[in-house]
Amino acid sequence: MLSATGLRLYRGERRLFENLDFALAEGEMLLVEGPNGSGKTSLLRAIAGLLSLDTGAVLWRGKTTLGNRQALCAEMGWLSHRLGLKYDLSLVENLAFDIRLRGRVWQRPDGLLERLGLSGLDRLPLRALSAGQQRRVALARLMLSESKLWLMDEPLTNLDSAGQALVRDMIERKLKSGGLCVIASHHAIDVSAPIRRIRLQ
Amino acid sequence: MTDLDTGESDLAAGLAAIVRRDLLLAWKRPGDALNPLMFYAMVCTLFPLATGPSSEQLLLNGPGVLWVGALLATLLALHGLFLSDYEDGSLDQLILSPQPLPLLVFGKALAHWLVTGLPLVLVSPLLAMTFRLPPTVTGLLVLTLTLGTLSLSMLGSIGAALTVGLNRGNALLSLLILPLAMPVLIFGARTVSLAVAGDSPSAGVYFLAAYCMLTLALSPFATAAALKISNE
Repeated sequence: MLSATGLRLYRGERRLFENLDFALAEGEMLLVEGPNGSGKTSLLRAIAGLLSLDTGAVLWRGKTTLGNRQALCAEMGWLSHRLGLKYDLSLVENLAFDIRLRGRVWQRPDGLLERLGLSGLDRLPLRALSAGQQRRVALARLMLSESKLWLMDEPLTNLDSAGQALVRDMIERKLKSGGLCVIASHHAIDVSAPIRRIRLQ
Repeated sequence: MTDLDTGESDLAAGLAAIVRRDLLLAWKRPGDALNPLMFYAMVCTLFPLATGPSSEQLLLNGPGVLWVGALLATLLALHGLFLSDYEDGSLDQLILSPQPLPLLVFGKALAHWLVTGLPLVLVSPLLAMTFRLPPTVTGLLVLTLTLGTLSLSMLGSIGAALTVGLNRGNALLSLLILPLAMPVLIFGARTVSLAVAGDSPSAGVYFLAAYCMLTLALSPFATAAALKISNE
């Protein structure tokens, strides 16, 4: 469903990756591993279309994503270091914005905020929340997006052990429901679903 | 409902969502919107104090000062148009949203105009009094400033997108935008001056309207392309 062939990316003279291929089916996870600066984030950004590749193509549902950006974006959720949340707005205002941007009507999700440990924080501006709570808001947005494909860059950052378990559970459920996950992480993410791995140097 | 209806309603919902969010942010950060307005008010009230109370001189310089003030006040706020989105990662989310990026940047530029340009337009009749502009010209001043500031917000969004990832991009933004803004300034100020002198201002109004339509139609596409490059 998601595949890539011959991906190559250089930063100046430095090679981040070359001749990189992968293929991911429904219910599978791609784990991108490697030390700091090895190009994990760049690979995720390239798959999402935020970064231009030197060569190679990413295919979504058999079609190159270059010519079908809207099709990919409609089915993709993105979580990165920079959370993409507005810190002057409340949790509800942030989530409602993303839902409306997707052309849907905002309704407070039943039980989701409670499950993510965000109950009672609805009206506070995001800057009043801890880094871990802010990341949980970004996770709530990802879940509400109802995307088929999740691209996650270091999803466990800033989370306590309960939060990390929650993310693992989220990923497990997503994969069981036939979704796909591409994850760059230093932490082990153990799920029962098939895991494909890319190790960047 | 047809697919076309669904697509159009989704686009409208996306546009409404981004305008609504940016207006909400402006409401929560009123300083960002008030700075250009304060700057404009200060320029237009200090100028008559510096040049003296001569009616002829004030009438002669008034349209130019009102227009230069509006141009500089608009430029003052432009650098921040995409900056916070770039810094907090919202720009990634916008680029990756299912909505077309030109639509979203159009919405952002429109919200920017509503927050910074429209207040300048609304306060201009009051400031025109300090230059003793006749009340018959006030309507024309408001019309030309509406077209002009909207054009500047749209043009400025291109420059803001090109410089969003640069340190001290504000100076470069002004250099990029000022040449494109010159026709707006020249025709805007001249049109009001002609009306003050009793001549017909219609040619200038037509030009400003055409320029405004052109920027409304084309700048979102240029801005979207620039944003994708700057965000890499």
